[in-house]
Amino acid sequence: MAGADGDDSLYPIAVLIDELRNEDVQNDTETQLYSLKMYSIIHIFYNTIYDEDEVLLALAEQLGNFTMLVGGPEYVHCLLPPLESLATVEETVVRDKAVESLRKISQEHSPVDLEVHFEPLVKRLASGDWFTSRTSACGLFSVCYPRVSSTVKAEIRQHFRTLCSDDTPMVRRAAASKLGEFAKVLEPEYVKSDIISLFTALASDEQDSVRLLAVEACVSIATLLPQEDLETLVMPTLRQAAEDKSWRVRYMVADKFSELQKAVGSEITKNDLVPAFQNLLKDCEAEVRAAAANKVKEFCENLPEDNREQIIMTHILPCVKELVSDTNQHVKSALASVIMGLSTILGKDNTIEHLLPLFLAQLKDECPEVRLNIISNLDCVNEVIGIRQLSQSLLPAIVELAEDAKWRVRLAIIEYMPLLAGQLGVEFFDEKLNTLCMAWLIDHVYAIREAATCNLMKLVEKFGAEWAQNTIVPKVLGMANDPNYLHRMTTLFCINALSEACGQEITTKQMLPVVLKMSNDQVANVRFNVAKSLQKIGPVLDSNALQTEVKPVLEKLATDSDMDVKYFAQEAITLQS
Amino acid sequence: SASAPSSPPSSSSSSSPKVDGFPRRSMRRARQRRSHSSSQFRYQSSQVELTPLPLLKDAPVAELHDLFCKKLQQCCVLFDFLDCVADLKGKEIKRAALNELVESVATSRGVLIEPLYPEAIKMISVNIFRTLPPSENPEFDPEEDEPTLEASWPHLQLVYEFFLRFLESPDFQPSMAKRYIDQKFVLQLLELFDSEDPREREYLKTILHRVYGKLLGLRAYIRKQINNIFLRFIYETEHFNGVAELLEILGSIINGFALPLKAEHKQFLVRVLIPLHTAKSLSIFHAQLAYCVVQFMEKDATVTEFIIRGLLKYWPKTCTQKEVMFLGEIEEILDVIEPSQFIRIQEPLFKQIAACISSPHFQVAERALYFWNNEYILSLIEENCQVILPLVFATLYRVSKEHWNQTIVSLIYNVLKTFMEMNSKLFDDLTASYKVEKQKEHLDRSRGWSERARPCTRKKMSRKAGIPLPASL
Repeated sequence: MAGADGDDSLYPIAVLIDELRNEDVQNDTETQLYSLKMYSIIHIFYNTIYDEDEVLLALAEQLGNFTMLVGGPEYVHCLLPPLESLATVEETVVRDKAVESLRKISQEHSPVDLEVHFEPLVKRLASGDWFTSRTSACGLFSVCYPRVSSTVKAEIRQHFRTLCSDDTPMVRRAAASKLGEFAKVLEPEYVKSDIISLFTALASDEQDSVRLLAVEACVSIATLLPQEDLETLVMPTLRQAAEDKSWRVRYMVADKFSELQKAVGSEITKNDLVPAFQNLLKDCEAEVRAAAANKVKEFCENLPEDNREQIIMTHILPCVKELVSDTNQHVKSALASVIMGLSTILGKDNTIEHLLPLFLAQLKDECPEVRLNIISNLDCVNEVIGIRQLSQSLLPAIVELAEDAKWRVRLAIIEYMPLLAGQLGVEFFDEKLNTLCMAWLIDHVYAIREAATCNLMKLVEKFGAEWAQNTIVPKVLGMANDPNYLHRMTTLFCINALSEACGQEITTKQMLPVVLKMSNDQVANVRFNVAKSLQKIGPVLDSNALQTEVKPVLEKLATDSDMDVKYFAQEAITLQS
Repeated sequence: SASAPSSPPSSSSSSSPKVDGFPRRSMRRARQRRSHSSSQFRYQSSQVELTPLPLLKDAPVAELHDLFCKKLQQCCVLFDFLDCVADLKGKEIKRAALNELVESVATSRGVLIEPLYPEAIKMISVNIFRTLPPSENPEFDPEEDEPTLEASWPHLQLVYEFFLRFLESPDFQPSMAKRYIDQKFVLQLLELFDSEDPREREYLKTILHRVYGKLLGLRAYIRKQINNIFLRFIYETEHFNGVAELLEILGSIINGFALPLKAEHKQFLVRVLIPLHTAKSLSIFHAQLAYCVVQFMEKDATVTEFIIRGLLKYWPKTCTQKEVMFLGEIEEILDVIEPSQFIRIQEPLFKQIAACISSPHFQVAERALYFWNNEYILSLIEENCQVILPLVFATLYRVSKEHWNQTIVSLIYNVLKTFMEMNSKLFDDLTASYKVEKQKEHLDRSRGWSERARPCTRKKMSRKAGIPLPASL
């Protein structure tokens, strides 16, 4: 749209660009002139296309990289006016990008320029009429504060204070979200005198969307204060947040719990955070419980070592036990994704006695995601109690899951098979798991059949060719006569995967005849997969077999009536010759 | 939920037989009406056992107010509705008491005396003000999904009913009420508009409207807070269930604005109402929004140009469903536009309408062509035929030859016929020049092809020779 009526207005730009192109910048005056012209271009450009948000976004982003183009850090301030107006537009993404660029170029200002050009801009934004400019100002205080004189610093603190109690919740939210960042650049005495009161006020704002942002700031503020001040200055607010009447605030506390825990240190954790965490794990809203459940492992890991076990056993584990049978599946699944990590912390005996029953219960959970999360984390328990113990207690459940209705669960079990097989040994495997592995080959989901094929290959790599010949190969080859063509194809896929691991002998004597026989299959898909297989197992075969047996079959397939069969046969021929 | 790529659309999975020969075990979770309760029970101290009080209608006049007050206090006890068998007796006592209160405040005069105000407002606050629980369906789509209903509705409804009757009672004294219905109260009331339960929002709408009507001191504050809710909805969360209801209230508020419009109100139009058109969920509240916009225009015709330019700025580029809504709104606007205002915006507007007519989506084209069935719009077009016809002629002519949909083609023929009858001289001139233009274009194109063939070879040559191409290429 801009192009249609912009032809005339773009004319000055064309002139300026033309002049710039022909200019040879050598001395200061010329550089200054250069940057002035550059500046004019930006301005004309800005005024021409002002109403397309996408263009404004790109402009806001690019202006952040313009320092060198306007003549270097000395002239960087000429980028401020367009960015200032971009920082006041309605569209949030544009505004945010403009603030990001302003933050970036603030670093390129000299301390003098920062006070002369940048800081006045921040002040103008901070006292703007419409909320958008005040929101943007919130993000700029912390970048200029460290580099200005103490008088200006006092002004900046005052502006920030004003915005924290702004009339519109949008601005208070912006201020609350920058509170932690601003606290970090303040001198310690002002953290105590200014920030704490702002923090307390924001944390008890009438809108929960503001209060929850104060929780985030709490982490930064707590790290800045000496331990002895935390109790009086931060903890009352944090306690109140953990029991806030809005679940969103409690959710935020749960979500930031590990950070909070690190920030307040072990003493306060023991006295205050443990009961708070218990409450969050028992919260009446599932969202909060799920967020807290997610933090169980991290929270326990970070407990002070001297009485970690005791705290977990008496305070945390009872809550965890309840969560295992929670009514909400998201809670259970969040717990399942971390619960296995507790075994490393609690050690072998506690794991067997207290955790295994929970794992088992979750393995049998009605929700597939819960089961999946448990299976995918089996390895950390394995390290603690050993595979023997693990398999004895968990095997029945695993066997059950191998036939789970959800294919993703079956897939997770398959992927775990090679590890399990390696640790259990051949005998145990043949007895308990072999049948399962073969059953997966005729699963009705392709992804499972594919994974089962790959699984066989890994098993053969572990147990050797002889084992393969006795246990696997006959069954695989038997499927070549299956009435279902999908199963016949599985035979071919298995041969592709196994030939290398089984070696020349087995491949030539047992597998090759079956493949060749299948070249007469009535289904074209089987036939072209024969061509593909022959290509695949070719390297394993000796040249005699290739010449006398494989080649004639491929040549026959190359004259097949089906286009695909022809194509793959020809491809195999070319590659083998 | 419908947008989640992994879940098959429920209709196809349930109606179509096995397509791929494999049983489909995973089904989308069956849609059902669910209900949930707010997260307030944790904060209630030990449950009080309720005992039934004497009926209000049997009370002697001297004791009526005292009994009324006791009943209000009794109704401050909250019950757990997720457990539907818990404390059935208590629930029934409270329900009966609420019913009596509603009945009493609605029918008998002289009940509402000053000491009852704080008690009544306290009872209302305790019951309705609560943090709304998280949505059970995080991707809740108001158009597709069934809302989660409030479990405690059997009581909540009566409390809302009481509140409404209280406000509507002829005895209601705003001067007394304003001490208790204050800014904080109103703010909490507004937050409840996010409720997923449409029944609750319906009550809230009527109640807020009454509050706005009776408590004059709160009007500016209410408008400002609604502004904030909308701005947050537009620029921060894109989620708020009660936008339509709030707009409906605003529709009647705008109706009562004094003239000339205050800057505050114009700003509301510019900064809130027009940007609301960008929302993804526009369809849910578009009717109410369009009503507000038209109200503004009817109040003060000078905002017309701004409104239309605003709509053109936010015109949907990819969402045809929204485009149809925009066209509908434009028609509503044109229905009441002043001819002098029409002239100011006809050019950009009819460029957009022409673009819509050439949309490959037939509903968009059809909606735009329907403008010619509107008599008032037609009269405006006729008056400005000299300007409008040249803007749309080429499009009409081209689309009449190209559009895939027969309905569109015949609609366009009608439009062309109308134009021909309106101004046959202009029509003939345009047809002639269109044909000349086409011919020229055709010539240019074939010349362009032959010219383009040459630089191509030149490019190859210059690349071989290592000569840089001139910048103009």
